[in-house]
Amino acid sequence: MELVVSLAIGVMAGAGTWLLLRPRTYEVLIGLSLLSYATNLFIFSVGSLAIGMEPIVQAGRPTNLEHYSDPLPQSLALTAIVIGFATTALFLVVLLALRGLSGGDHVDGEDRP
Amino acid sequence: MTDGALALSQHLPVVPVLLPLLTAAAMLALGEQRRGLKAVVNLASTAAGLAVAIVLLSSVSGGGTDVTAYLPGNWPVPFGIVLVVDRLSAMMAVLTGSVGLASVLYSLARWHHAGVHFHVLFQLQLMGLYGAFLTGDLFNLFVFFEVMLAASYGLLMHGGGMARVRAGLHYIAINLVASMLLLIGIAVLYGVTGTLNMADVAQKLSLVPDSDRGLLLAGAALLGVAFLAKAAQWPLNFWLPPAYTAASPPAAALFVILTKVGGYAILRLWTLYFPADAGASALFGADVLMWGGIATLGFGALGMLATQDLDRFAAYSVIGSSGTLVAAIGFDRPAVTAGALFYLASSTLAACALFLLVELLRRSRQRAVVPLAIRDDGGLTFAPESERHASVKRDAVEAALVGRAIPSALAFLGVAFALVALVVTGLPPLSGFVGKVALLSALLEVRSAAAWTLSALLLVSGLFATIALMRVGMRHFWSPSERPPPRLRIAETVPIGLLLGACVMLVVAGEPALRYLRGAAEALHEPTRYIDAVNGARVVERAAAAAAAPSSGWAR
Repeated sequence: MELVVSLAIGVMAGAGTWLLLRPRTYEVLIGLSLLSYATNLFIFSVGSLAIGMEPIVQAGRPTNLEHYSDPLPQSLALTAIVIGFATTALFLVVLLALRGLSGGDHVDGEDRP
Repeated sequence: MTDGALALSQHLPVVPVLLPLLTAAAMLALGEQRRGLKAVVNLASTAAGLAVAIVLLSSVSGGGTDVTAYLPGNWPVPFGIVLVVDRLSAMMAVLTGSVGLASVLYSLARWHHAGVHFHVLFQLQLMGLYGAFLTGDLFNLFVFFEVMLAASYGLLMHGGGMARVRAGLHYIAINLVASMLLLIGIAVLYGVTGTLNMADVAQKLSLVPDSDRGLLLAGAALLGVAFLAKAAQWPLNFWLPPAYTAASPPAAALFVILTKVGGYAILRLWTLYFPADAGASALFGADVLMWGGIATLGFGALGMLATQDLDRFAAYSVIGSSGTLVAAIGFDRPAVTAGALFYLASSTLAACALFLLVELLRRSRQRAVVPLAIRDDGGLTFAPESERHASVKRDAVEAALVGRAIPSALAFLGVAFALVALVVTGLPPLSGFVGKVALLSALLEVRSAAAWTLSALLLVSGLFATIALMRVGMRHFWSPSERPPPRLRIAETVPIGLLLGACVMLVVAGEPALRYLRGAAEALHEPTRYIDAVNGARVVERAAAAAAAPSSGWAR
């Protein structure tokens, strides 16, 4: 599972970086979204990658990450998702405003030869 | 002091965060109209925030308790979040309040009409700034960064127009990427140390096994890159001049403190995590900070010399002062840090005044007066005396001009410009000079190649700034033109006067100010004081807890 998750993070971060450097605003937006997915997955994976593990310490079991899943990265990822979503939405608004003002979708507002 | 007042005063550290938040919420409820009421509320709240910041500053400037930790959620350290007031954060809070008050006063003349929700965004921006300076928790730092940035996106585009929207798009994209780096860095630090409390992380760092050190340093480097991008370090600063020159003057004046947040975060975390006695990871990245800061100062100096416009000049001066701070952090010497902090305070106030002056000077260049400024209720009314001489050819009948009183608006602009120039260039007798002398005299004792380079660059950048400002000044004040004198309103001149007055106060009270900053720098370079104070914070017991509980909801 570590391999799958790290591959997913790497592919999304790589694709996001490539898209971010493109000249069209829509590509930049998708690039930013992919980068933020990669970031959120990364935060999530900082805890412990496990299936079916409860994020709470249970009575009678030793308190190490073998027996429970760390809840803090999950809540951090939740906060990061909310904030990232809001700022990406804000970026979308600015993108549309620029498009309305310039009539094109170049990040600089105009195509330079 | 009575018991009730004592109980209230212990909640003071959370007030600079809660007050703008509540004000913003209340103003949002007022709707899009009623700008007059909102203006008064905004002004009152900003002034109250500054007053609280000053009280906090005086509470830590005494001898004994110079680090105060406050637990907003009343959860024990290191599980709950914590707000920390020490000399550095109190000083940054006072700077925030001063810059905020000046900007909001200036905006009341015209600019707050230019779009909806200016006052709400302004208060949220202040909340993010105060929170970033006061928080003692890494993830909370990220949250306050985002609050601050989200508000700044709106403020940058206040007033609308193609230039602002285009600069805003670039600004948002860059800051989103920097925020993601910040998040990844925080996550790595959490993965290595298992805690997010800044002081607790500092404690755990010595326990990190050597096998994890690479990961730890990678996380710290990611954090550093994110902060350096926000502090406008070369080569991560090409976004700054277009963004700051496109922003409306009050927004640009407030943004001056935004770059300082990055520098503050670096100063706070690097002195906590990588002090000289931290073993294998001691002074991690100090060379990068030193030479990166020097490169930034050089870039700023060249930019100041190259630019023709005063607003671009102001933007490059912000870059230069930010570079000076970061370079000084790299030296890891209390005396250098203290000098840099004094220089930081003076250059922040001066750059804010400069951004406000830009528009007034530009107005004096343009014949067409902006429509709103004509409606002169309560504004300064100056007899357009020069109009009588407007038709007189200057070189032909010079005698007709002798003894002509300078219109007081032009006189104000001239004096204010000269004073700002003195502070920005670091010439005596104003505070820029004191800051540079404190910094240079500390650097002379370091005796390394970097110290000599930084000293030389500080002097050269002063020279470049002098040349550039003289050029601008000659064009604005000495070139003959047949324009009427500019009309200034009281709300536009008072904030500039206040900021310059603060610069003068920094000189008059130079001795206590430097002593305070030396104390701040020494406390920073003895991180155990900060760590002990945070660990020493105790939860309030049941009876008193009821008073503290309502403030727990805003944290995450």
